Amino acid sequence: MTLDRDALAARIARDIPYGAYVNLGIGAPTLIADHLDPALDVTLHTENGLLGMGPAATGDAIDGDLINAGKQPVTELPGAAYFSQADSFAMMRGGHLDVCVLGAYQVSAAGDLANWHTGGADAIPAVGGAMDLAIGAKQVWVMMDLLTKDGSSKLVDACTYPLTGIGCVSRVYTERAVFEVGAAGARVLDTFGTTLDELRDLTGLDLR
Amino acid sequence: MRNKVVAGPAAAVDGVADGSTVLIGGFGLAGQPLALIDALLEQGARDLTIVSNNAGNADFGIARLLANGRVRKVVCSFPRQSDSYVFDELYRAGKVELEVVPQGNLAERIRAGGAGIGGFFTPTGAGTLLAEGKETRVIDGRTYVLESPIRGDVALIGAYRGDPYGNLVFRKTSRNFNPMMATAATLTIASVHEVVPVGSLDPEAVVTPGIFVDRVVAVQ
Repeated sequence: MTLDRDALAARIARDIPYGAYVNLGIGAPTLIADHLDPALDVTLHTENGLLGMGPAATGDAIDGDLINAGKQPVTELPGAAYFSQADSFAMMRGGHLDVCVLGAYQVSAAGDLANWHTGGADAIPAVGGAMDLAIGAKQVWVMMDLLTKDGSSKLVDACTYPLTGIGCVSRVYTERAVFEVGAAGARVLDTFGTTLDELRDLTGLDLR
Repeated sequence: MRNKVVAGPAAAVDGVADGSTVLIGGFGLAGQPLALIDALLEQGARDLTIVSNNAGNADFGIARLLANGRVRKVVCSFPRQSDSYVFDELYRAGKVELEVVPQGNLAERIRAGGAGIGGFFTPTGAGTLLAEGKETRVIDGRTYVLESPIRGDVALIGAYRGDPYGNLVFRKTSRNFNPMMATAATLTIASVHEVVPVGSLDPEAVVTPGIFVDRVVAVQ
């Protein structure tokens, strides 16, 4: 059976190493936070300036000065730290974050990432921290649907959307399979209700 | 005794010239100095270049400056938001220029501007549209892009507490771009929720030392 969003988030959460400093991108990757085992001692980073981010804030806990990168109200956990944007991106660019999980429009077999701009004539380009995250964390993982709504593969031989980073992604989690990507091409690590032949068919890639 | 505290937002933004580059702190509305922006609107400066993370939310702050035709150009990382309709409409009508900068590059360019650094090589954006035309260098096998410093004529800072010397502390994630911006402008104006007496801020916890701040104003 293919995995739904929550099950996929839970799967990614299980792959995060003990004690890791982790940044979860806006959108689906934020679901991963709900599945992190507290015993893993993972510290969440939000690039607008907080390490030790807790769950979404509700009711009286909502504070306009305490938000995440998606500008949603969140909470701080004991041992949290606040810092400026320069420090926050030094953590990222300097390779201090262990794992970052991002959404994507496309990922290439070589690990190129396209997730910031469709390139459409009417699209307003907005990059935020995407390019910094793409090249910054020790491991950059992508969480996405394998197929677009019209059925074309988002795991591709070469990205057609404008790139966010080159060769920066190491792993791609989708509802049908987990892939390792990089200089050696794409390799299937795990499948969910889908055979290797079906994956080759869906992606058009020479998967191993 | 030095006293950088001014009477109100109008006094705080006095003298801002047309054509100024204005650095405005904040990430969305967190740490965005709304009272100073409103005062700048009243003051009337136009043809402004705004440097901020976003290009305004709803009808507040930066969005008000945009809606009133005061802004020539926006330099930011993330203009498009669920409530950035003022900017979106002006941009699509060709009435405002946009320079999109990756968020970490924006922070570091402003930091460089305030720190007297003439430019820096960063891996962020290498090989992408946002590095087109920029000098690159391969360092230890990795491609880096040369980025230039950003300075402002004016910085509008949203802080939490400040003292008459201009020392500032911030609150939670409203710190964001404010500390770098405070260092990178000819005239740095800080709004604070509370002015406290000299000596009452813990020197170990001061985030922005007063040397970077020219005017302090209390706003609710």
